[in-house]
Amino acid sequence: MTPSDAKPATSSPAESSTGAKPTTRRVGAKRDPDAPDSAKGASRKGAAGTRATAEEMASRQRDISVSEFFAKNRHLLGFDNPRKALLTCVKEAVDNALDACEEAGILPDVSVVIEDLQPDRPASAKSSRYRVTVIDNGPGIVRKQVENIFGRLLYGSKFHRLKMSRGQQGIGISAAGMYGLITTGKPMVIHTRPSVKAAAHHIELAMNTKTNRAEVTVDVETADFPPQRLRELTPGTRAIEAFLSADIYRTGTSVSIEMEGRYQRGRGSVDEFLELTAIANPHARICWVPPSRVAVDDEALLPVAAPNAGTGGAGAVETTEVGGVTVFPSGVAELPAEPREIQPHPKGIELGTLLQMVKDYAVTEKGGTVYQFLQDRFCRVSASTAATMCQAAGVTSRTRARDVEAPDVDRLFKSFEEIRLAPPPTDCLVPIGVRQLLAGMLKGVRAEFYAASSREPSIYRGRPFQIEAAIAFGGELPADDSARVIRFANRVPLLFQQSACSSFKAVAETSWKNYGLQQPRGGGPVGPLVVMIHMASVWVPFTSESKEAIADYDEIRKEMRLALMECGRKLGTYLKRRHRMRREGERRDVFERYIGEISRSLHGLVGADPRKVYDALLKQARSRTAIADDVLDEDGRVMRQEQEVLEDVLVVDRSVPAGASVPKGTRKGCPPEDLAGGLFDGAGK
Amino acid sequence: MATKKPAAGSSSRGSKKERDVRTLNRIVEVADGVAAKSLGGVEPTLQVPSRTRTNTIWNKKKGILQMGDGCQERQLFNLSQAKGFMQSLLHAESIKSLIEAEKTLSLRGMFYKGLHTVAGTKEKTFADQGESDGILEDLEVSLSALREELHIFAKKAGTIVGNITLVDSGDEIDCRHMGSGGYAIPSIVEPDVIQFKKCEAKFILHVEKNTVWSRFNEDRFWEKHNCILTEGGGQPPRGVRRLLRRLHEELKLPVYCLLDCDPWGHYIYSVLKQGSISLAFESERLAIPDAKFIGIRARDYIDCELSDDVQIALTDTDIKRAREIADYPWFADHKGWQREIATLLKNGFKMEVESLITKDISYVTETYVPERLKKKDWLE
Repeated sequence: MTPSDAKPATSSPAESSTGAKPTTRRVGAKRDPDAPDSAKGASRKGAAGTRATAEEMASRQRDISVSEFFAKNRHLLGFDNPRKALLTCVKEAVDNALDACEEAGILPDVSVVIEDLQPDRPASAKSSRYRVTVIDNGPGIVRKQVENIFGRLLYGSKFHRLKMSRGQQGIGISAAGMYGLITTGKPMVIHTRPSVKAAAHHIELAMNTKTNRAEVTVDVETADFPPQRLRELTPGTRAIEAFLSADIYRTGTSVSIEMEGRYQRGRGSVDEFLELTAIANPHARICWVPPSRVAVDDEALLPVAAPNAGTGGAGAVETTEVGGVTVFPSGVAELPAEPREIQPHPKGIELGTLLQMVKDYAVTEKGGTVYQFLQDRFCRVSASTAATMCQAAGVTSRTRARDVEAPDVDRLFKSFEEIRLAPPPTDCLVPIGVRQLLAGMLKGVRAEFYAASSREPSIYRGRPFQIEAAIAFGGELPADDSARVIRFANRVPLLFQQSACSSFKAVAETSWKNYGLQQPRGGGPVGPLVVMIHMASVWVPFTSESKEAIADYDEIRKEMRLALMECGRKLGTYLKRRHRMRREGERRDVFERYIGEISRSLHGLVGADPRKVYDALLKQARSRTAIADDVLDEDGRVMRQEQEVLEDVLVVDRSVPAGASVPKGTRKGCPPEDLAGGLFDGAGK
Repeated sequence: MATKKPAAGSSSRGSKKERDVRTLNRIVEVADGVAAKSLGGVEPTLQVPSRTRTNTIWNKKKGILQMGDGCQERQLFNLSQAKGFMQSLLHAESIKSLIEAEKTLSLRGMFYKGLHTVAGTKEKTFADQGESDGILEDLEVSLSALREELHIFAKKAGTIVGNITLVDSGDEIDCRHMGSGGYAIPSIVEPDVIQFKKCEAKFILHVEKNTVWSRFNEDRFWEKHNCILTEGGGQPPRGVRRLLRRLHEELKLPVYCLLDCDPWGHYIYSVLKQGSISLAFESERLAIPDAKFIGIRARDYIDCELSDDVQIALTDTDIKRAREIADYPWFADHKGWQREIATLLKNGFKMEVESLITKDISYVTETYVPERLKKKDWLE
């Protein structure tokens, strides 16, 4: 590839017309990008005292490559500090991996490996050099697309469509590679195997920030996919059979980026990101190998998910850890439905957009009518609806799009607001679903009560979106802290700028006191609670390019609040019932505790048969505290509440440690057979 | 059951053996009721006569407090009573085995006898001795048996010295030769344990506590005035009260009390005289309606010309307590006591017996008490 045939990305019509932010930052008039850098020499020509003339200024005005722009403004993409850079790199790679797998209909299996390349650095070092490798079992990438995908900013398949996906802009992974290149000078290493029949490609490429094009340094075929080296990395990776096994990774892609970074656990860490990703993607299996040497001021483990030490609790699918390798298993075995692309909905369109759409239609469909335009370019507009709209706008069904004037469009727009329309189709949205939400929460959060709710799709600015919420309560969650809010947009966890996010505001707006929780004025609830909010949409309105917070649209926040209230009501009911059951259970405990003593005393006093007295009294005690039976299920730690309670609530009995065997029929307060036997031994002798 | 030597003495309640048989029968009767109800699917209960103020009757004619007919049901299936129910049965069982083995235990011993961890829990059957003591008092009333009949005794508290010879479990005790320590009054002083052999004393002087008692003993007060000198360590335990009552009843000795001038002293006198609420069922055997209160009187501060230094300010609790005592029906229509308590409240301070020491070391033994006795200056 030569520089001359590489057009600057900014000048390509497709990208400049979309109005994406990076391109709007272009400064000055367009100029031949291949012109020599004469601007430097041309400066300071004017006489002392006089400033530059328009001519001289014009000579310095030139195109800016989008790559250059982001190389300088890397904080816009989430590379503002070494710790966040490491996270962003993992995040972009994992998002791409999951998107690719789902689009190809493969159950995702993603492995994330971070190697510390300077393990001997002094303990005081602020950052270190890491190699981040993300391997997926997706469809792979055909050889000729590798440079475009990894070596260009703003190149992607997801920007121009109204379809739900994790990535949107086509910046992510190439920006991560660019950051690696800037900080270490090392190219990206890509292994990809698009076909089971052929060998994998091994490609190393570095981005030329001037041209926004990749320069390939190594391009060979290899049989080493998935990379064998990583399997042998640590005792943990060797111990896990399924880690990077060739059976699972038949096709797929592996991306390695060397970069300056900082690994530290806690909030906003790679660990948290993967943990939350596992919650929102219960169909995916994620293996996570953290660097062996971590920064000295390591924070404590996140309270939310203390992984279960290698036992793999009976029944529920739970996160396990073996030799430092964390495995987030897949909780469900089916892929989410494939989202569909849609047309915009009339209710959410703006007048300016409508004008532009009519103009575009007139250009592309020579002689197309307004009547036809309405049906073609919008969803939920039937022939009869289109006729009604035309009538309201004062045009006939034969009026051509190129003939309509601005006032007509204005009337047409007004009719959009007045007419009754079905909401946008919902099959363009793929919510996680209450069952999967519960499975995800169960996997990541060790609580006692889980509830989820899924709202009907709604619209903001003509774009359908759907809110789902889930809460986890009790169990091992810290009781005195503010509730943790975990936020997702299209299944991607949002880790920063919580207070700017619409979802956080919705949590604070909800009145949790009604559901038996404490809530300080103007804040979120306090208690052993994790609140999860997911927004699925064909276009998630982020507040910035680094996709950290959801913009605060009233429609969105209202839906979030309603979803939270649904969950809250379920929690309130549960808490009330639990309180009652506990009280009765305690009563029973007290009675049953003393019955053994009483029957033994009665034997000593009047020779009554202790077993008979015991049984008779126990029967009385049970019938007097019958309510307590609602909780005391005989076996199984995970149980569904009564049949009438739907599938969106889950209660886990955390009083029994995972893996501990529970003798059948054993209840708290009731002596098991052998104990009761001992109780009565000697009584008759 | 092996037969032991016949009981040393007998009382109105029959010989020791007869009483044991009766107590055993009573225990079995109650336990049978519980067992029958349990097996029959009915909630078992225990009838416990209530030892509360509302169930205490002031028998003006006899001048004693008596227990009314009020009864409480102790239920097994009641959160606040379940444990008490179990404890009652545990102690009933212990008492049965005590009687059968012909042994006695102290209150503390009973606490340990019933103490173990409830099977299958970490809870102890009795949290402390106080719980155990309360249950035993309940058992006394519900079995209508005396503590000694349950083969239980309390620790010794109280001392006696004076012109009398006692026989305690066959041993002769000459209370004239008891040195400086005196003879410790046992918890059980029933006639089968203690008999009076030879008594020259003409009256009994009961003082509140050991320190005052030592003062009188050192001055050989009982020798000079031919009396019996006792103390009960503050609120006298049942053994002391029973012994005083027996000396009063059987030997016709008048009882004079020398107590502090404060609500606590007044209450001790009240208990000695007409019995206490919690032991109202025993008043018939314990109360001495003729007991007299010779001091310290509130007016003694002026009469004896005491210095300001002996004043101890009344606390809020003291004042509250004094008013309560003034309202007791047995004090309410007694002008002397109403005046006494009014003076105490007006003074605003209390005085201990020891305050008289500020006059002279032996003022109380050589002047105060003899003068009062001579002038018959006391409250009844």
